Amino acid sequence: MIHVRGLTRFYGPIYALRGVDLDVEAGESVTILGPNGAGKTTLLRILATLLNPSSGEAQIDGKDLSTSSYDIRARLGFASHRSLIYDNLTVEENLIFYGKLYRVPGLAARTEDLLRTVGLLSRRRSRAGTLSRGMLQRLSLARAIVHKPDLMLLDEPYAGLDQESAEMLEVLLDAVRGEARTVVMTTHNLERGLGRSDRMVILTKGRVVFEAPSSSLTLQQLRESYWEHCRQDSGAEEVPS
Amino acid sequence: MNTIRSALTIVWKDMITEWRTKEMFSSMFVFILLVIVIFKFSFDLRISNAALLVPGILWAALTFAGTLQLGRAASLEVEDAHVDGLLLAPVPRSAIYVGKALGNLVFMSITELIMLPIFSALFNLNLFQPLILLAIFLGTVGFASVGTLLSTMAAYSRAREVMLPVLLFPIVLPIVIAAVKLTAGVIDGGTWQELAVWVRFLIAFDIIFLAISLMTFRFVVEG
Amino acid sequence: MMKSIWKAGPLLWLSALMIITALCLVFLYAPTERTMGDVQRIFYFHVSSAWVGFFAFFVTFFAGIAYLRTKKRLWDIVGHSSSEIGIVFTSMAVLTGSIWAKPTWNAWYPWEQEPRLILVSILLLIYFAYHMLRAFVRESEQRARFAAVYGIVAFVGVPLTFMSIRWWQSLHPVVFASKGSGLTPPMLWTFLFCLLSFTILYFVFLIQRCRLSILADQVEDLKRRVLHE
Repeated sequence: MIHVRGLTRFYGPIYALRGVDLDVEAGESVTILGPNGAGKTTLLRILATLLNPSSGEAQIDGKDLSTSSYDIRARLGFASHRSLIYDNLTVEENLIFYGKLYRVPGLAARTEDLLRTVGLLSRRRSRAGTLSRGMLQRLSLARAIVHKPDLMLLDEPYAGLDQESAEMLEVLLDAVRGEARTVVMTTHNLERGLGRSDRMVILTKGRVVFEAPSSSLTLQQLRESYWEHCRQDSGAEEVPS
Repeated sequence: MNTIRSALTIVWKDMITEWRTKEMFSSMFVFILLVIVIFKFSFDLRISNAALLVPGILWAALTFAGTLQLGRAASLEVEDAHVDGLLLAPVPRSAIYVGKALGNLVFMSITELIMLPIFSALFNLNLFQPLILLAIFLGTVGFASVGTLLSTMAAYSRAREVMLPVLLFPIVLPIVIAAVKLTAGVIDGGTWQELAVWVRFLIAFDIIFLAISLMTFRFVVEG
Repeated sequence: MMKSIWKAGPLLWLSALMIITALCLVFLYAPTERTMGDVQRIFYFHVSSAWVGFFAFFVTFFAGIAYLRTKKRLWDIVGHSSSEIGIVFTSMAVLTGSIWAKPTWNAWYPWEQEPRLILVSILLLIYFAYHMLRAFVRESEQRARFAAVYGIVAFVGVPLTFMSIRWWQSLHPVVFASKGSGLTPPMLWTFLFCLLSFTILYFVFLIQRCRLSILADQVEDLKRRVLHE
């Protein structure tokens, strides 16, 4: 589904990615780990067509990102710790707004369905600005899947969530996966990452340094590999749990 | 077709937001009254017929109020990365530009409709004349078209409140000159032959800057 | 490889020689103008600076388009450098214009009579804004994009600004309609030579300024490598 070769991206003279190769099969779930500044967000934003790569190729289903980004965007869901929800619209209006931009058929029914799934049906007429952090994150996820994307890109979905919201998010992610969608997620949280995905990828200083199927790894092994690859990286600010 | 529909969806969203908060119109109303008062007192003492100043004051007030509106509309989108949500959608970048520019045009026009009666009353002058309305409309189209582009850039920069007027004012100067000339010409009872040159000039400005902004907008929002 | 292209070398010496020759031509060769006298001699450098200023902004415009098409950092450097040089030469044009205006029109800054004066002032404001924009956008790739877009918008607006000022001014009495007319052949040759010398001087400045930016980039790069690897 995703085919990335030699992907680089620099911001002026600063390199964020220096030659990333990555393949993701349809229906597969991949977690990208790495310290801050490793290039995780840059990689995801390139896949989401929000950023252009400086060089290298990136294809989704054989279509080049830079030339057919329009088709690709229709099949892509992207969620980050930024909710992209408008505070002054109601919960329902937010979904309708994005649904219209994606030209979702049967929008009213789809909206109701989604709100039931994320448990916000009773708050449908509340302004989004009045929601709690956890509810907002759920609405944000509903926004990202309003058009039933084949490919989900999740950038630090757990950032800023309390334990309860994080668990609810996991239930939702499982539901998303149940529809045989491809998921690529970045996180700092090794344990959650390992539990939810088929393959682990570690990114450091803009390069893929480690790649293994989740089934072949224990949490202890993953921790050791992570430390081995990220220890000498001065950019690592957060210590993974 | 697709572009227009997406653009209208964005306008609809901005309308609802404004309808709920009423932030823009309430602040615009107070702001315009203050501008009029300031101008009235800073010139009235030295010039006996304040009506002579109306074209200038009108366009100074429109420029300031328009700049505030543009800045606010752009920062609503850029703050909290909302623009990412628009960029992720399968709509052309130009649809986002058209939506925001159309929204700015509508909001600025409503502000102007509130403003004109106040001006007419305070300066005892009928401003509801076809050519003045045309001048205001054409001027606003040009202002909104290049303003939407520049306010988006300003919203991404630091010190955005200062940045927007600095970027915008020298570029829209021709609009201000043409519109002031046109308004003054109408008040002085000029003929169509004398004034047509400014109407044509404004139309040319609008077309040129609409085209340039449409072409370059995607480079502003796309990383 | 970059070093060899970005050294001004012979061009530098050529331009030094030409500027000296131009000075000789202006003060020794060109005849004294009948009505204005010696003060008219400033015309040669005044118009040449104005031309270079305008040309420099055109290069910024062109580099903007090239940057948006290729995303090559070099075009950003060229646009930025050229706009700086443009500001310097435009300021020189304003300054020499003022010196000329004082004895001729008895005013340092005759707004009312001379629409071109307003135009250059607006040009300066626009390109100050360009530099402010650059200063206030932190991320260098974004800065390059924004500067390119503004460089394009600004330059496209210039003819419109000029036209509007022209017509605005046309209601005032036109005191000095045209000033360049009636040049004798020696005056014309001197003028053309000055124009050429200033244009070459512009390219010397441009190359030096670009080279400075490229070197600054290399220093940044080295710093980062030493610190992080």
